[in-house]
Amino acid sequence: MTAASAASRGMLVCHACGLLSKAQPHVHEMSCPRCGDHLHFRKPNSIQRSWALLLTAMLLYIPANLLPMMHTSSLFGSQSDTIMSGVVYFWTSGSWYLALIIFFASIMVPLLKMVALMLLLITAQRRSRWQLQQRTRLYRLVEFVGRWSMLDIYVVAVIVALVQLKGLATILPGPGAIAFGAVVVLTMFAAMAFDPRIMWDSLETERG
Amino acid sequence: MKEDGMTEPLVACHECDLLQREVPVPRGGVVRCVRCNAVLYRSHPDSFERTLALTAGGIVLFAIANSFPLIGLKIQGQLIETTLFQTVQTLWNEDMKSVGMLVFATTMLMPGLQLAALTYLLLPLRVGRAPAHFAIVYRVMQSVRPWGMVEVFMLGVLVSLVKLAHLAGIVPGAALGAFAVLMFVMAAIAAVFDPRDLWARLAAVESRRHAQRHVHDPHRAGVTS
Repeated sequence: MTAASAASRGMLVCHACGLLSKAQPHVHEMSCPRCGDHLHFRKPNSIQRSWALLLTAMLLYIPANLLPMMHTSSLFGSQSDTIMSGVVYFWTSGSWYLALIIFFASIMVPLLKMVALMLLLITAQRRSRWQLQQRTRLYRLVEFVGRWSMLDIYVVAVIVALVQLKGLATILPGPGAIAFGAVVVLTMFAAMAFDPRIMWDSLETERG
Repeated sequence: MKEDGMTEPLVACHECDLLQREVPVPRGGVVRCVRCNAVLYRSHPDSFERTLALTAGGIVLFAIANSFPLIGLKIQGQLIETTLFQTVQTLWNEDMKSVGMLVFATTMLMPGLQLAALTYLLLPLRVGRAPAHFAIVYRVMQSVRPWGMVEVFMLGVLVSLVKLAHLAGIVPGAALGAFAVLMFVMAAIAAVFDPRDLWARLAAVESRRHAQRHVHDPHRAGVTS
């Protein structure tokens, strides 16, 4: 194969401005000659950092789904809503399209994202050459879609701010919101820590 | 960037690190990595001017979106309104400081920083000056970008409107419309902005300044490149 990676030729591409530059020998802390950003051949400790963030997110995904996102209390009693009960509420009250949006954005997207990152990390660790193009595409999808999970946080924020009728009805944010926000942020950081170029490095190592 | 032993300019894919020859982009075209299909660079007609125009519009919309009420609820003849910052304050006061900070960062701080940084970088270049600390501001702008979530917030507001519709009458505020348009403006900036073009402009401005310093003729009209 004639294809060569920039790293194998001692060249680095800057993440911030895209400039390709030659690595200087005997220099440990390299920075981009154009924009000054840190340069490295591969993101440092990419796999370990990504795993650590991902595992934390997976743990927090449990309370995020079990603990209530909102407490509603009025003269007629009080109730606590988890993400799933919100989906059920919309489904039964006829807004099935909203139920689907929330179900996908808040339950399926974080779950699929974590499974996808796990797959990427395990295959990269095993230096697998399987479906490199599709795996890179999966990584792009994970990076693109992650932000949409913030949806439920914003819903809670707006509703809590509006419904503050002391005495008549109050809606308070629940602990699930903290866990859920943490899941979104941690999975975003996990995806950013992962370096897709590591997957392609498997093409360059000699293995029998 | 012609270095020793290199005859043709090269680019490396940021997703698979493949080294490949830099090819000219057709106007409005996209150049993709031959191995992993990642977008290497694209050319937009008038990328610089369009980004600047969109940023200017974005700043106006951002100001409106943050200073007017987002939505109001009409309950028993009483109108309760909230601005974006008030939602952050409520979360903060309800002992949800982390969630409040998250909302503040993703809907106000990060998009605001992005717009401010773009203005700082583009406006002086437009009039032929290189702004100070160009590289640092550029890096801030690039690192802030993934955390601005105006479009997700907009969808969140719409969902909560439907959720509240059975409780009370809903009065959409001026900020709601501004946010809706800002969402499209931010998406357009992301699509039109071209880092290569920006750095090329900076280089052009700097070399022109450099050339002017060495020309003794005080009449600038006489300087041709």
